[in-house]
Amino acid sequence: MKPAVETKSLTRVFEPKRKSGGKTVTALGGVDLRIEQGELFGLMGPNGAGKTTLLKILSTLLLPTSGKAYVAGFDVEKDYHAVRKRINMVSGGEISGYGLLTVKENLWMFSQFYGIKSQVAKDRIDSMLGTFGLLDKKNEKVRALSTGQRQKMNIIRGFVTDPDIIFLDEPTLGLDVNASRVIREYIVDWVEKQPEKTVLLTTHYMAEADELCDRIAVIDGGMILACDTPGNLKRTVRMDTTMSLDVTLMRDTTRFGSFKGVGKFTSHDDSEKGVTHLRFVLEDESPVSDIVSEVLRSGSRILSLQKSEPTLEDVFIKMVGKGLD
Amino acid sequence: MTDTWMVRNLRAVRGRAYPRVIGLMREPSWMIYGTVLPLFSITAYVYVYKFIGAKPEFVGYVVLGGAMTAFWLNVLWSMAAQLYWEKETGNLQLYMIAPISRMSLLAGMAVGGLFETTTRAASTLALGVFAFGIVLTLTDPLMLVLVFLATMVALYGMGMMFASLYLLFGREAYHMSNLLMEPVYFASGFYFPVRYLGFWTALGASIIPITLGLDAMRQLFFEGAPGDAFLPVQTELAVLATLSVVFIVLAKFSLDYMEKLGKSTGRLTLRWQ
Repeated sequence: MKPAVETKSLTRVFEPKRKSGGKTVTALGGVDLRIEQGELFGLMGPNGAGKTTLLKILSTLLLPTSGKAYVAGFDVEKDYHAVRKRINMVSGGEISGYGLLTVKENLWMFSQFYGIKSQVAKDRIDSMLGTFGLLDKKNEKVRALSTGQRQKMNIIRGFVTDPDIIFLDEPTLGLDVNASRVIREYIVDWVEKQPEKTVLLTTHYMAEADELCDRIAVIDGGMILACDTPGNLKRTVRMDTTMSLDVTLMRDTTRFGSFKGVGKFTSHDDSEKGVTHLRFVLEDESPVSDIVSEVLRSGSRILSLQKSEPTLEDVFIKMVGKGLD
Repeated sequence: MTDTWMVRNLRAVRGRAYPRVIGLMREPSWMIYGTVLPLFSITAYVYVYKFIGAKPEFVGYVVLGGAMTAFWLNVLWSMAAQLYWEKETGNLQLYMIAPISRMSLLAGMAVGGLFETTTRAASTLALGVFAFGIVLTLTDPLMLVLVFLATMVALYGMGMMFASLYLLFGREAYHMSNLLMEPVYFASGFYFPVRYLGFWTALGASIIPITLGLDAMRQLFFEGAPGDAFLPVQTELAVLATLSVVFIVLAKFSLDYMEKLGKSTGRLTLRWQ
């Protein structure tokens, strides 16, 4: 069975505009990736990691500088017409369509660009609006929708054409818990019920990637740092101990980084609650006493301490050297 | 119908034309700015012509020309600038990944725009005819239809070509359209017969299809117009037919070039996307 997506030494370099004085940016530096049909595949990386560039190349919006990319077995550069018949794409925060059209008209319009028979499209749209709880909004103008409703409509736009492979770029970006949950459930259901369909998803939300994805690639600086199932990725940090500490606000946390036995650490302040959250990836448990002493020495109080099971965030911090925020 | 390439593209034309057709019904404010407002500038010219004692046909020329400005405005703002706006709203990348010819998207915009603008122009013309008591003596309706269609195909073909050029040029579409508005009103003879600009100027202005289209329609609508004509109607029709083919072929090439360049430079999407 041919893979849904395959890239070979895929590279994309952005040259600066003449006279702009800008620098050459290597957005993708030789990416090798293979995504099988039926997978719900996640791409995780910080801003500027190359996720969107990769999606743009795979969706035929951008040419690679070198290397090859195949979608559904077709070369994105040479056979882009064949690729386009089989894909669709939805981005988070998208404001596509026309505000004067109703939700149903807007979705119908986009379905026509894929040659779907009008009545078939209308039936599908009604059914999907029902699934997403938007049936009562179908005759509302698009400009009257809330952010969450609009993003649900965007998701319907992507799926209504029944693509073989769908690219979802941060599909739940900025949505509330309920809207995100409905979208996540739909995505999982779509792949489960149709094993030949494939989803390539980028997300900032670790829990979302963990919950949804069969496999995840961690990307940073245009390179794939790791690619495996969420379970296997987490096992790569299982040798290390992860410890979370909540302490009263600490002004200077920089010293923790130099402690022997501390692999990585992050901290962030919640000024409203007066709490500093510290998170350590430890090579073993020996630095724990030093950490506690340093907290107390600085005049802070320990509010809570817990040893955590590894999460994708730990994997991410270990590989990228920083969190997503 | 099976999902052949042709059917898919025809459906795309219909889909893209829809917002413009429905917009006409959904936003009736066009009746004010699309029909009544052009009458003000038309009225100004009418009074100037009456004051200087111009031939009575000039009033009719102005009303017809004033009504036809709607098409030029539509081509500039809703065809030429459209891909630029679509890029700004994020629609362009969705259009680009759709498995259809880019020409069918532009054709959809043109068909929708043509429907919308013909309604406006016809309303302005009707109001003008009524307000100034103009007598239209239509001698050859078939020729009028042919001239109108050839003018529209050539004009919207030009708009399709401009659409990709605007995107390639990468400047604010707003400024580009403003730049092309008033000079074309003048050079194409919207408010007077283009013949009076002199042969060479009129010939140069004929690259804008509405120049010859308007000249031919004036000859077909008004009895005294042939004396003010630039070229015979048949010649103008032949040139318009040629321009139609040239602009549509050029539009196809410029769209292909724009897409290729856009894909290699990343210009099809906004930076933040």
